Amino acid sequence: MSKEAELEGVKQSVVSGAYKAFVGVWMTGVILAAFLYSPEIANLKGTQIVYFHVPCAWLASLAFLGSGIYAVLYLRRQNLELDVKSASAAELGLLFCVLATVTGAVFSKANWGMAWNWDPRQTTIAALLLMYLAYFALRSALVGAEKRAAISGVYAVAACVVMPFLVFVLPRAFESLHPTVVRRGGMDPEIAVVLAASTLGFTAFGVWIFRLRVALGSIALSRMEEPL
Amino acid sequence: MANSSSTWADGCWAVLRKDIQSEFRTRYAFNAVVVFAITTLAVVSYSAQVVGAGSRLLSPLLWIIILFSAMSGLSRTFVREEDAGTANTLRLVAEPTAVYVGKLLFNTALLAVLDVLIVPLFLVLMDVSVGNLFLFVVILITGSVSIAATATFVAAIVSKASVRSALFAVLSFPLLVPVLVAAVQGTEASLRGASIPEGMPFVRILTAFAGAMVAVGLLLFEHVWNEA
Amino acid sequence: MVTLEIQGLSKAFGDRVLFKNLNFRVESGQCLVVTGRNGSGKTTLLRIIAGLVRPTRGRVLICDENGVMDRSRLRRNLGIVAPDLVLYDELTALENLVLFARLRGLDGGPEAAKRTLEKVGLCERAGDLVATFSSGMKQRLKYAFAIQHSPSVLLLDEPTSNLDEQGVDMVRRVVSEQKERGVLVVATNDPEERSYGEQFLHLG
Repeated sequence: MSKEAELEGVKQSVVSGAYKAFVGVWMTGVILAAFLYSPEIANLKGTQIVYFHVPCAWLASLAFLGSGIYAVLYLRRQNLELDVKSASAAELGLLFCVLATVTGAVFSKANWGMAWNWDPRQTTIAALLLMYLAYFALRSALVGAEKRAAISGVYAVAACVVMPFLVFVLPRAFESLHPTVVRRGGMDPEIAVVLAASTLGFTAFGVWIFRLRVALGSIALSRMEEPL
Repeated sequence: MANSSSTWADGCWAVLRKDIQSEFRTRYAFNAVVVFAITTLAVVSYSAQVVGAGSRLLSPLLWIIILFSAMSGLSRTFVREEDAGTANTLRLVAEPTAVYVGKLLFNTALLAVLDVLIVPLFLVLMDVSVGNLFLFVVILITGSVSIAATATFVAAIVSKASVRSALFAVLSFPLLVPVLVAAVQGTEASLRGASIPEGMPFVRILTAFAGAMVAVGLLLFEHVWNEA
Repeated sequence: MVTLEIQGLSKAFGDRVLFKNLNFRVESGQCLVVTGRNGSGKTTLLRIIAGLVRPTRGRVLICDENGVMDRSRLRRNLGIVAPDLVLYDELTALENLVLFARLRGLDGGPEAAKRTLEKVGLCERAGDLVATFSSGMKQRLKYAFAIQHSPSVLLLDEPTSNLDEQGVDMVRRVVSEQKERGVLVVATNDPEERSYGEQFLHLG
C-alpha cells in the first residue's frame, strides 16, 4: 500500500475511533444525568426510562422514513446499493421499534399494572412493528435481487404513507394513557435538556450502526456472482 | 384513433367488465368471500352471549367479519391472472394504471356486494338497533373503500411473490390498523346514536386514508406490474 | 418505416448464461429467423424484444419515423404469438378480441373483431368459450390477438405448431402481409419456416 493510502487509512480509523469514543462518553453522560440530574415527572414511577424510550421511538420512525426514501430512490435509479440502504434502515428501525415497545410496556406495567392495554400509542408502535416484520417477510418471499428490491421498496413506500395516520392522526383522535407532558410545550428545562441530549446521542449511535450495516450489505452485494 | 385519456378510461372499464364477466362464470372470488362471511356470522350469532350485546362488542365483530372476508377473496383478481398466465397477455396490451383501476373497481364492487348481503343480516341476527343510520352507512362505505384499496394494492404485490395467501394477510393487516381503529370506533358511535359532527373525525380519517391508498397504488403499481 | 435493433444483448438466469452480446438490425420488409436447440434462449429473446423480460445487459431499440418506441407505443405496434401465451379461457373468442381491442385503443368494436376472426378462420366459433377450443384453434386465436391492430413488429414463436394445412396457409399469408407492413422475427427449428427469413441468427 502506498504511503498516501496508508496515511488516509490511519486518518479514517482515527476519525471513526474518535466518533465512537465521543458517542460512548456522551451517552454515559446522558445516563448519569437521567438518574442524578433530572427530576421526577408528574408523580409517575421510573420516568428515567423516558430518556431511552422516546429516542427509540423517534429513531424507529426516522429509520422507517429513511427506508421509504431509499426505496423511492431505488425505484428511480435502479441502483441496488440504494436497496441495501433501504433494507439496512429497516433492520435498524426494527431493532429500535422492539426496544421502544418493550420500554413502553415496562413503564406501563410499573405505573398502571398492565403491560399492554391497546392504548392508541401502544397500538401505533405495535402496528409499526408489524409493518417492519411484514416488510422482511415479503423480502424473504421474493426471488431475484431486482425483483426483491423493487417490490419490497413499493411496500416500504406504502407503509411510510400509512405511518402519519398511525403516528399523528390516531393518538390525537382518541384519549390515551400515554403521558402528555412530553408532548406539549412548557417542559421543565432539566427534562428537555437531557431528553434532547439523549435523542442526539441515540441518533449518532444509530447512524454509526447504519453505516456499518450498509458497508456489510455492499460487500455482500459485490460478492454476488456476475456471470456477464 | 381515440385520444389517450378516453382510451385509458375505456381500458379501465374493459378490465372491470372482463373481471365481472369472469367472476359471473367462475364465481372464483365471490364464493370465497360470501361463504366465509356467512359462516362466520352464523358461528358468531349461534353463541347466545353475543346476540343483543352492546355496540362496544358488536362493532368490532362486524369489522372482523368484513376484514377477514376481504382477506379471503380480494387477492384473487391479481393472483389468478399471474397463475393462469394471462397477466403477461395484459402486460402486452394494457396501460398499467388502467389494469390497476379496473381491478380496484372490481374489488370495491365485490366488497360492496358483500356489505349489502352481510350487514343487514348482521343487524337482524345480532338484534342491533342503529342509532344514527346515516353515519353508520357513511362509515361502512368509507371503511370498505379503504379496505378494498389497500387489499388491491397488496394483492398486486403478493401476486409476484411465492407464499400468497399467508403473505396477503400479513402485509395487509399492519396497513389497515388505522382503518380498523377508525371504522370500529365510528361504527360504535353510530350504533349508540352519536350525532354527525361527533362522527366526522372518523369519516375524515377513513376518507383521507382511502384517498392516500388509491393515490399510492396509482403511483407505484407500474413498478410492481412490470417486474419480471 | 420501422426498424428493430438489438444492441449488445445478453441474458443470464443466475449462473446460466443464455446468450451474450447479440447485435442485430432488421429493416422493414425483412424477417429474422432465430434457430437453436430447445433451451437455447429463442423464446427468451422474443420475450425480451416484446418487453416482458428484462435483459441482463444491452438493449432493444424499435424505431419508426417518430423515433424510438416507448412502452406505450410498443403496446400498439407489436404483436406476438407464442406457445406460453395464454388467452382468457372463460371468455368467448369474440369477447377476448373485443377486450384486447379496447385495451389497445382500437375503434371498430365487435365488427372489427369478427373480421379478424375471419382472417384466421375462426368465424364460426366466435361465440364459443376458449376453454372449448382445440390447441389448433387456440393457436389461430393467438394470431387474431397478434394481428388485430396491424402491428409494425410481429414476433412468432414456433408459428405453425398445432396447425393443420389450412392453418399453415394462413400463417404464410400473415407472414407475407407482415413483410409489407414492417418487421418480422420468427423463432423456429422447422426447415419450412426457415424459408420465411432473410436474416438468420443461431443461438446456443
